[in-house]
Amino acid sequence: MGVFDIYLLETLINGVLLGGVLALLSLGLNLVFGVIDVVWICYAELIMLGMYGMYFLYTVYHAPIVVAAVACIVLVGILGLALHTLVIAPLLGAAPINQLLATGGVLFFLQSAATVLFGIEFKNLGLRLPVLKVAGMFVSYSRLLAFGAALIAMVLVYLLLTRTYTGAAIRAIAQDRQIMPLMGVDTRRIYLITSGLGGALAGLAACLLVLQYDVHPFVGLTFGPITFLICVLGSLGNFGGGFVAAFVFAEIISVGGLYLDLEWGYVFAFAFFIVMMFVRPEGLMARRS
Amino acid sequence: MLELTAVRAGYGTFQALFDVSLDVRAGEAVGVIGPNGAGKTTLMRVISGLIRPTAGALTMEGVDLLATPPHRIVELGIAHVPESRRLFPRMTVEDNLRMGGFMLAARPKFRQRLDVVYELFPRLRERRRQLAGSMSGGEQQMCAIGRALMSEPKLLLLDEPSAGLAPIVVDQLFELLRRIRAGGVTVLIVEQNVQQVLRVVERAYVLKAGSIRAAGSAAELSDSATIREAYLGV
Repeated sequence: MGVFDIYLLETLINGVLLGGVLALLSLGLNLVFGVIDVVWICYAELIMLGMYGMYFLYTVYHAPIVVAAVACIVLVGILGLALHTLVIAPLLGAAPINQLLATGGVLFFLQSAATVLFGIEFKNLGLRLPVLKVAGMFVSYSRLLAFGAALIAMVLVYLLLTRTYTGAAIRAIAQDRQIMPLMGVDTRRIYLITSGLGGALAGLAACLLVLQYDVHPFVGLTFGPITFLICVLGSLGNFGGGFVAAFVFAEIISVGGLYLDLEWGYVFAFAFFIVMMFVRPEGLMARRS
Repeated sequence: MLELTAVRAGYGTFQALFDVSLDVRAGEAVGVIGPNGAGKTTLMRVISGLIRPTAGALTMEGVDLLATPPHRIVELGIAHVPESRRLFPRMTVEDNLRMGGFMLAARPKFRQRLDVVYELFPRLRERRRQLAGSMSGGEQQMCAIGRALMSEPKLLLLDEPSAGLAPIVVDQLFELLRRIRAGGVTVLIVEQNVQQVLRVVERAYVLKAGSIRAAGSAAELSDSATIREAYLGV
């Protein structure tokens, strides 16, 4: 195998690893949208808070990293519950635009609050994970870890959705909201469970991203738009579609970044998105209705 | 078993039911017939808690339905097969049935109820792994009724079960309803297919423009001019 092929293979592998994390990000947003029919525009800001949580628990207060991660997942899960109870629930009957504006407002509120509380300096865990060298290719350990954890989390969510009554109700509610009382389902309870789960997934994403990226009040802008675009590309609310779209996006970013700069990878990815919106406005995995 | 007294209901400023009173006794099959837009579907929705009446009283075996949260009405033994079936189209037949047995009391009996439903509708057993939305209209109606039966209801509410089905399937459907009744389930059925429904029920109410215009035994109503008037005078 020539040098060029090894670079390409390494890039493809890194693309898959990135895809796993992006798939996890889009799963949380998709779950909430599919079940509650509200887009958490501030989803990435929950992740930002989770990253700060990791920074403080691990780097400042020296908690063991696993304890810090579990605490962070629980805390952001509670944030998800709070977001639903305080902002979304009162607006459930409101026009979609008002819901978007409200969660958009939460986005700026969280960014500003983080700036006031934590300052604008970039912070990191101060943790250096090794880079693995396999067959002449470099793969970072933090990416592998992130990919593995994201995959496990997605399998757990899949089992929850397919093997439990609550999971069945979550899938059902996304298909026909009005008749849920006839099944004996308390929709408010399912909304709360989903919001807690969506928050917990953002918390897990925060734990994984903080291994690779510095945290600052605006770090959500790095993940938020791309997560949203992935969900739209995979048809908003369609869990499988989001999963596929995440890997498509990740490979475009990764391979695009190999031939030009990393930033060009993002340019290609967003250009691809815009073209797709013309070609298949319902998303890659649009259902025949 | 079920008693409605002077129930009024509507949507926003539109009133669909005007002082409707009716009762269903245990073991009976009762029909509600009437033209399109008479308020039949609203009536069913009020009973199962999907919409709240603006006035009146509803009780099920003496329990006040208005004091019961909508998602707990199924626990009182009322199962509603809604108009146009409302299956979860992208879930399998068995997952749809699982949703019908969602309430806590029904979960330990899931297998047992599944056997009862599959016994009644063998076609559903064959199709249990198939997506509900991919089945024929008749099969979907079987699935919708099966889903309602999963909660082991005392009272089954059926809203236009024959709508959109081929005549031969309609015959099968009414045959199945006789078997469900024979199993001891009380039935309240809303239908536009008057002739068929009067052959399965003992009594029926005629609903027109939101109020009860006539009531009587199936035999009386079959001969009555009131029915013809209700349909021809829409």
